[in-house]
Amino acid sequence: MVDEITGKVMHLIAAVKKIPEENVTTESTFEQLGLDSLDAINLIYEIEGEFNISVPDDVARSIKDVQQLVAVLKANLTGDTTYTGT
Amino acid sequence: MTQRRVAVTGLGIISALGNHLGDAWEAIRFGKSAIAPIGLVDTSNLRFKNGAEVHGYDPAAHFDSGEITLLDRFAQFAVIAARQALADAGMTIDSDLAGKTAIITGSCVGGQSSQDEGFVSLYQKNLNRVHPLTIPRTMANAGASHISMQFGISGPAYTISTACSSANHAIGQAFWMVRNRLTEVAITGGSEAPFSLGILKAWEAMRVVSPGTCRPFCKERQGLILGEGAAMLVLEPLDRARARGARIYGEITGFGMSSDAGHITTPTVSGPASAMKAALTDAGLEPQQIAYINAHGTGTPANDVTETRAIRQVFGSHADHLAVSSTKSMHGHALGAAGALEAVATLMAIHEQLIPPTANFTTPDPECDLDVVPNNARQGQVEFALSNSFAFGGLNAVLAFGAVPVK
Repeated sequence: MVDEITGKVMHLIAAVKKIPEENVTTESTFEQLGLDSLDAINLIYEIEGEFNISVPDDVARSIKDVQQLVAVLKANLTGDTTYTGT
Repeated sequence: MTQRRVAVTGLGIISALGNHLGDAWEAIRFGKSAIAPIGLVDTSNLRFKNGAEVHGYDPAAHFDSGEITLLDRFAQFAVIAARQALADAGMTIDSDLAGKTAIITGSCVGGQSSQDEGFVSLYQKNLNRVHPLTIPRTMANAGASHISMQFGISGPAYTISTACSSANHAIGQAFWMVRNRLTEVAITGGSEAPFSLGILKAWEAMRVVSPGTCRPFCKERQGLILGEGAAMLVLEPLDRARARGARIYGEITGFGMSSDAGHITTPTVSGPASAMKAALTDAGLEPQQIAYINAHGTGTPANDVTETRAIRQVFGSHADHLAVSSTKSMHGHALGAAGALEAVATLMAIHEQLIPPTANFTTPDPECDLDVVPNNARQGQVEFALSNSFAFGGLNAVLAFGAVPVK
């Protein structure tokens, strides 16, 4: 069972990439999901809007999988904007 | 019909490095980066704060009030650079030359400041009207049009917009037109003035702009730095230039283009390599004859690695004997004007036998293992050089330049 934030992230990934939600797991890498660097920027843009946060460029560029994205988002929501999740 | 050799006899430039050729070249010679805090736009809500802006610029010193109303900043730069280039070439457009002169310019975003102002009126101030000159100020061909009107030039005139390759595509077209007798003289280059909040926010969203400075090919590079300005070249047949005793900076010897046919923003190795090969073939040059490459060298993580690999693919072991520098480290990335600013730097390198440096260089990157002429210009004979431009959208344009011996 995934928590609410992780669930929302997985939903957004499916919506941005236009793939079935069941294809997205907490273990998925962006490469496995077919997300290239531009898709990743689009996804983080959607997440910034959804959660009203701002992700620095270097952190955004370092995100390569769902787990890392969720970790960055959760850290950002607690005020830590520099955490890269690795 | 035989092809003609094409000489460059006039250079004009207005850029962050200086508002004349002498100032700009002096800055390049000394590896002086013009990247500084942006003053044209309030950056308080931007993640990046630095740019390469034209300084000490007063439109009223160049245009009357009627002209200023008509010309966006990018078109003003185009006209100023064209005036300088024609004066530098010692050329007057008389009634004979008016119809035999072409104007081919490059611009990526056109008159963005004018468009931004119009949209602020519409969306923010709810005025329900925009300035009636918004369209003629914004259109990307405004620079070419105003150059034609300024000098009474009635030959072919058009503008090429291929993002960051715009100016190289424009100069390449002009080169081919002069070489193939489609025009006698050409004024060609690029102009850009992208410092408006709307465009800066769009670049911010791309996450390719450095929060600090521009460090091409450096391990610590964090992205590009936007720049503005214009550069124009006067092209004419070499025989004509010699006959009139013109000073010749060098010649354009070849032009090559390709498309990545890959991804809209991620560059490939094969596309840029194909364009470099095409330029060499067009120039009738072997890779070993090239001494210097003015790189596209944006300072983004992606470009500099793929450009290094493309250069290695084309030049093989000769890549270790090439000087490769990115002058964007000094004049910023002026988008549709970039290739024109870099053509000036490359021609001056040939003419002055001085290889421009890559400024702001701190730490080598093993993935960019070329001689990038770090921080200090270098004396060196440059008989032939390439200048690379690779655009978002995967459109690549490479110019080959050569020295012309004094006859």
